[in-house]
Amino acid sequence: MIYLYILVMAVVTYLIRMLPLTLLRKPVKSRFLRSFLFYVPYACLTAMTVPAIFTCTQSPVSAIAGFAVAIALGLRNKGLMTVAAAGCLTVFAVERLLDLAAGTLFGVTVLLG
Amino acid sequence: MRTEWRDGLRDGLPIAVGYFAVSFSFGLLATQAGLTAFQAGLISLTNLTSAGQFAGLTIITAGSGLGEMALTQLVINLRYALMSLALGQKLGPQVGTVKRCLIAFVDTDEIFAVAMGRPGRPTPAYMGGLGFLPLLGWTGGTLTGALASGVLPAAVISALGIALYCMFVAVVAPVARRSRPVLAVVGIALVCSCLLRWAPVLRQISAGTAIILCTVIAAALGAWLFPVEEPAQGGDAA
Repeated sequence: MIYLYILVMAVVTYLIRMLPLTLLRKPVKSRFLRSFLFYVPYACLTAMTVPAIFTCTQSPVSAIAGFAVAIALGLRNKGLMTVAAAGCLTVFAVERLLDLAAGTLFGVTVLLG
Repeated sequence: MRTEWRDGLRDGLPIAVGYFAVSFSFGLLATQAGLTAFQAGLISLTNLTSAGQFAGLTIITAGSGLGEMALTQLVINLRYALMSLALGQKLGPQVGTVKRCLIAFVDTDEIFAVAMGRPGRPTPAYMGGLGFLPLLGWTGGTLTGALASGVLPAAVISALGIALYCMFVAVVAPVARRSRPVLAVVGIALVCSCLLRWAPVLRQISAGTAIILCTVIAAALGAWLFPVEEPAQGGDAA
């Protein structure tokens, strides 16, 4: 079944790229369609990122921290690799801090209990 | 012919390096979704696109229908139609149909951008060289990521899980900052996406359909409210 999915993905994606390159050799005239196509990547990347990003790590807290760092660096025009690396490092660091905090809380509870 | 091919390879190398890193996290996500390394690599080899593959993974995981898969790919990858149109103009009439069919396979956002930036008409040999290494990098990165997922500790996998999303942010954020209309489109997509995830009734809509709906609604509203004057050249997402 997975191979059927892969086949559909590959064929549809290829046809979208191939048909305009071979059949339609004239530019898009409709301003609406041109504008629509221009906005598609931003709309779809946003929809795929939020809210899925909040559940892609071990804790929503680390995900939110990573997301915030990515937005801050992205707005400053940093490259894809820099933003991604900083996001990953943030998630890693925050999760270690959370572990530490949980460990400490556990220790304190044991001592007091 | 030789130098054209070599020029293409040279210009494609940085794209390939970037693709390797992005597709590494795709490979990780794919194995987490239950796919084998071979299946993940096959997706990358035959699709060569990040957003579409990623959405495809969501649909495979959700077990949605093939029609939904086709429709999602159509909407998300529709921008390639525009790029192929523009690239076709740039190649010129002397490039035949068979070569156009081959070039179409590697028409990604980055390759398109580099080809459009090359002075004069890019030859088929140049396009072949330009697409070759990125295709290798994309597939190789996916395989490496998929195979590494069994070896890496959970803490590292959790941290790497956010990589692809961060790259999406890195693509969208700078453009949204420069362009109010893009910012508005991003805002609309954001609201739609959260509503479709959490609002009663709406949250029963499957993940794949939700992505299509958000994309179409936000892009259509954007096109209606803020029409683009210049012939659009597509986004710069992978």
